[in-house]
Order: sequence, then structure tokens, then C-alpha cells
Amino acid sequence: MVENRPWLTFFSHAVLILGVIAVAFPLYVTFVASTLTLEQIMQVPMQLTPGDQLVENYSQVLSGGSTKGSKAAVSQMLFNSLVMALVIPLGKMAISVISAFAIVYFRFPLRMFFFWMIFVTLMLPVEVRILPTYKVIADLGMLNTYAGLTVPLIASATATFLFRQFFMTIPDELAEAARVDGASPMRFFWDVVLPLSKTIMAALFVIQFIYGWNQYLWPLLITTDESMYTTVIGIKRMIVGSDSANEWNLIMATAILAMLPPALVVMLMQKWFVKGLVETEK
Amino acid sequence: MEKRVVFRSAWLPYALVAPQIAITLVFFFWPAVQAVWYSFQLQDAFGLKTQFVGLLNFAHLFRDGNYLASFKTTAVFSVAVAGAGISISLLLATMADRVLRGAMAYKTLLIWPYAVAPAIAGVLWAFLFAPSIGIVTYVLKGWGVDWNWILKGDQAMLLVVIASVWKEISYNFLFFLAGLQSIPKPLIEAAAIDGAGPARRFWTIVFPLLSPTTFFLLVVNIVYAFFDTFGVIDATTQGGPGQATNILVYKVYHDGIKAADFGGSSAQSVILMFIVIALTVVQFRYIEKKVEY
Repeated sequence: MVENRPWLTFFSHAVLILGVIAVAFPLYVTFVASTLTLEQIMQVPMQLTPGDQLVENYSQVLSGGSTKGSKAAVSQMLFNSLVMALVIPLGKMAISVISAFAIVYFRFPLRMFFFWMIFVTLMLPVEVRILPTYKVIADLGMLNTYAGLTVPLIASATATFLFRQFFMTIPDELAEAARVDGASPMRFFWDVVLPLSKTIMAALFVIQFIYGWNQYLWPLLITTDESMYTTVIGIKRMIVGSDSANEWNLIMATAILAMLPPALVVMLMQKWFVKGLVETEK
Repeated sequence: MEKRVVFRSAWLPYALVAPQIAITLVFFFWPAVQAVWYSFQLQDAFGLKTQFVGLLNFAHLFRDGNYLASFKTTAVFSVAVAGAGISISLLLATMADRVLRGAMAYKTLLIWPYAVAPAIAGVLWAFLFAPSIGIVTYVLKGWGVDWNWILKGDQAMLLVVIASVWKEISYNFLFFLAGLQSIPKPLIEAAAIDGAGPARRFWTIVFPLLSPTTFFLLVVNIVYAFFDTFGVIDATTQGGPGQATNILVYKVYHDGIKAADFGGSSAQSVILMFIVIALTVVQFRYIEKKVEY
């Protein structure tokens, strides 16, 4: 701090506390709603202290979903979300790290062509090619499968760039020494490059875990079978009509369950999260 | 940037890039080519016959009042989301950079919405603002505001903007905080000694030095508002009431999947692709500039 201005410090804290409250308020109301009965929620204004229905609501959604909308068990949806949140980052890292390795450590015809091909995918997000991508998945028979949910989202220019950038900072002496010692390229990859990339992989994993868990448009397009819904899709399918037609207590319990894993990852792995966020956007 | 030391192998590099290239070809390039192809075709009502019509789909789009309205809606929406998101986060980050006590706690409590899926952010806010049972609606009614976003377009827009901004604040906040912390302290101290107050220092030193971060966030936020807010819209207003929140991405989805208008939806996809390409170019131009510093 440059100078002591008690009033300004007080003002700063006031702004920050207001910010924290504004950010947390929807979460708090959601949590309270998930512990009430539907009748209690319908009483306007809704009470703002937690009720006693926590166990009932959560066990209802985990085992049987809602009664008016989607009846799929949320435990199954959480499992599906977890599959997406784990397979996407792991698959993405696996294919990106080897392609970046090839592009950095080899000279071969079409090298730059491949590099640009990967680069261009940045400009083709799912949102802009909704219909044809859906058709491709349907033609390949990948609707309502885990492969359909994960494989198309694995290709990523950002991850490849990140690894490429990082490999460029690995001293050439290491590769030279490996070559002098007669190590094969793959030996060098396993024993030198991968161990050095651990930090960057951890950071990437945190970001991609959240990305995979929170996917929306993609599962919305290719899952029609209730048992393949992810949690986020499940919430949407529980909303059947306007305001009073919905079982808000169950929807809100599901929302809490859907937010908990990624929020915990962000808060507990904050260091990796911040690193991943800042690095991937460079 | 090239490596001095490289390995040699006739086949290994191809095997290493193969998985990524295969996925890229099947799920990115092939659909993109098809989108362009469909956009030149017209399908009859039963999907039996298709006919090559050249640029007719595009001509239809630009004469379609709904499509032009969707452009305007998207512009209003993204300017509101980027503007509000950036100013609120800048305020919070500046304050968090000032305080010594509790800075870590504030940071932790402000960044978690990043983990919330856009669709869930939409549901949370839709519940708070629900016309008959929402708790915020109740307060607004007490103030004499007639709140019903299901019927009123501008209120629906406000709802999706609030939900989208709420989710994006954490991201902007982290980047601004990192930017603020990298500003050399002697600059600020020198200005303070010369008698510049906190507000003056902010506008003449801090804000200009943050401009690369602000510009970067502006692009990222516009991309976010254009594409990633699909979940917010679909979980709340679904483009309605009327066309009030029908942003371009939602319209592509609605026309293609719900209304099964292949040609029209594909033509919209192609236009969106050009927008993404333009935004990506802007973003990379800026990154190149940053490297030159």
C-alpha cells in the first residue's frame, strides 16, 4: 500500500463484501430451496433459513430424479458427468502432448500443414457447426454413447499450443544429451519431456475438468436416452413449465449436486486453476 | 521459433499427430465443409429433395427481419455482458489489490462461479426472478416494479445478462488482479509523492497500463457472450418472449434442430464462422503485439 487512507480501505472492504454477497446470494437461496418442501417454496416470500428436507430431497433426486420432469436418477447423471469430466481432459492431453511433441521435435513434410490444421479448429466451435456435426455423430452411430459424448470434444488447439510453447522452453541440451546417449525419441519423450510437463498438465487438467463437467450444447444434442443425460442436462429436463409447475426443491438439490464437484476443484486446486486459466489464454 | 536439435524418423511423427488429425478431420473439418455445402442448398418440406440454390439462403437471411433482429439482439446482449462484466470485475479487482487483510479469502469467494455451468447459472437466476415465486420478484413488487420476464422482452434480456455476467465475473476478476499485481509499485509511489490521489493515480497510471488486459478481456467476453451463453438462454428464456433474447447461436440451434431448416441454419452457421474467424484474428493480432513489447 502506498499510503494510509482508512476511509478508502473501509470502502474497499465494503465493495468487496458486497461483491462476495452478490456472488454468493444465488447459491445460498439455491441451497435453502434444496432443503425445503415444495409447499414451503411456493409460499411467497420463500423463507431464507434452511429447512429440514435436506435428506429427503437429495435422496429423492439421487435415486429417482424428479417426478414431473426427467425421472432418471441423478446418481447416474453424476456418473455420466464424471465420465465427461475425466475422459475429455485425459484424452485431450494424451493426443495434444504427442502431436505437440511431433511438431516441435521432428522435421517432416507437411509439418506446418498439420500445425495449421490444428490451429484452424480454434475457429470452429461446436456452436457454429451444430447441425452437420450432429449428422456426423448420427451417421457414425455414436448418439447416446460415451464415445459420442467425449471423443469429438477431445481435439483442441489450445492444449496443443500450450504444450508446444512449453516444449520450446525445454533446453536443447537435454535433447542433445539424449541423442548422444543413443536414446530413441520415445525414450526421450517418456523420461524427459513428460516428467517436465507435469505442472502444466495439472493446470490443464483442472481447466478441462470444469470444461468437461459443464458441457451443455453437446450432450443436449446427442443424448435422448435419459440414462445418458449429464447432470446439467438433467436439470434442464426437470424444468417442465413455468414457475409453479416445477419441483423447485428437487431441481435445486440437483443444481447443488451439479455445482459441487467443479466448485470444489476450483477452490481446492486454486493454484493450478489460476495457472491453467492464465497459461491457456496466453 | 524452431528447435535446433531434432530427432529423425520417417514414420514416427506421422503416427504421433495421427490421432489429433483424425479427430480434427472427422469432427471439425468434415462438418464445417458440410455446413458450407448445405448452406447452398434448399430442401423441400419433407426432406426428400434437395436442390442447389447458390446464395439464395444467404439472400433470404438478409431479407429476413427476424435474422436481422437477432443480429441486433446479439449486439445489445454482448455489449451489455462485456461492459457490465468488465466494469464490475475491474472495480472488485482494484479493491482486492488494495486491501491487505483477507485478500486471499475475497479471491476464493469471488472465483468459484467460474465452476458453474452457464445453464445452471441461468436456472439459479431464473428461480430468483421467477414471476410468481421468485424472492427478488417479491422485493421488486414491493418497490412497485411489475416484474415478469416470461412476458416482457426487456426484462428477459436483463435476466440473461445478469446470469451471464454473474458467471463471467470470476474470470475477468482473476485476469485484472494478475494485471494489477504486475504493475510496478514505484510508478504508483512516485505519483503518490507528487501528490496524485487514488482516483487520479487509477485513471492516469493504472488504467492505461491495464489496457492490454482490458482489450484481451473485451474480446474474450464478446466471444463468451456470442457462444458460451447458449446454456443460459436455453435453460431460461429459450430466445423468447417473441424474439427478445434470440441471439445468433440460439437461432442456429433453433432453426436447425427444432425447425429442421437445414439450408437456413447452415447459412447462419457459415456467417457465424466468419464472425469467429474475425474475432480470432483480432485476438491473435493483439497477442503478437504483446510479444513485441
